[in-house]
Amino acid sequence: MADTATYDLIASQTLASAASSITFSSIAASWTDLRIVFNVTAVSTDNLYVRYNGDTASNYSITELWGDGASTGSLQTSNAAFLYITDKGSITTTPALYAFDIFSYAGSAYKTTLWNIANDRNGSGYSTSGVGLWRSTSAITSVNLYSPGGSNLAAGTTAYLYGIKAA
Amino acid sequence: MASKYTLISSQVLGSSAASVTFSSIPSTYKDLVLRISVRTNNAGDGDNTLLKINGLTSGYSYTNLFGDASTATSNNASSTTSWSIRVDGNTSTSNTFSTNEIYIPNYSGSTYKPASGISSMENNVANPVYTFASAYLLSNTAAISSFVLTPQVGTNFLTNSSFYLYGI
Repeated sequence: MADTATYDLIASQTLASAASSITFSSIAASWTDLRIVFNVTAVSTDNLYVRYNGDTASNYSITELWGDGASTGSLQTSNAAFLYITDKGSITTTPALYAFDIFSYAGSAYKTTLWNIANDRNGSGYSTSGVGLWRSTSAITSVNLYSPGGSNLAAGTTAYLYGIKAA
Repeated sequence: MASKYTLISSQVLGSSAASVTFSSIPSTYKDLVLRISVRTNNAGDGDNTLLKINGLTSGYSYTNLFGDASTATSNNASSTTSWSIRVDGNTSTSNTFSTNEIYIPNYSGSTYKPASGISSMENNVANPVYTFASAYLLSNTAAISSFVLTPQVGTNFLTNSSFYLYGI
């Protein structure tokens, strides 16, 4: 049987020093879906924004559901210039896992992204699930994960970009 | 060689078992994914599966966001002795097993270990039906090399409970 991969590591980055963003570029249209596993420690409290193909127009919207151990909530933004991924508080002392699934990223329809954020901090923290829409028919060729507050992603932060092929 | 979503080990129970262990997990992957489908012998409609890592008895915490038939709720636990994963007990609808996935990135790194969990119990009745999104943290810097899973209330995992460990 051929050694056919269905789950490929396309690229990875580990920050040697604090930075404001991580970008994956020149993403080939060779897979069906993309998955980004982002293991981040923040220098200070901030949110995380995501842009595709460098698009700064108001083509993004999101809906999130979150729980903080005591209460729950949901928020929505529309016609934004980025996918607004809230971290719902500081993640300065422990790493948090952000996992993004980007479906049919090379297709000609609008692009849907699902994410889960695991941000437990031993007595506080959040569990968050979200969905985002990028209203573009272009194939996604680059993904920019960035902190709007500046050099906020700590050294040691890792990001892995995987490509998933249909079986 | 192509990279893969690789099955490291699996156990599908042919008879009841008090625990399931994955040991000697190699550090050759970037992430781990544990997928389980479980029913315990607890005389109730639900139970928890307790997950211990590397034999550690401290350093665990988690935050849950979950919904039942009507309400969204969140709770958390700090400084616990294991992670807790919601599963089916023995009075839930016959032949139903929970569906659970735990994703652990950078499991062989030297930082604390966050993980995400997705769990569901759907039994075609009003109670119990749950879907969970969980944030886990292990406040320990050692590489992960073993898992031990046990029922919290029940004494055994029932036949056909399944446990799959993947490396990415």
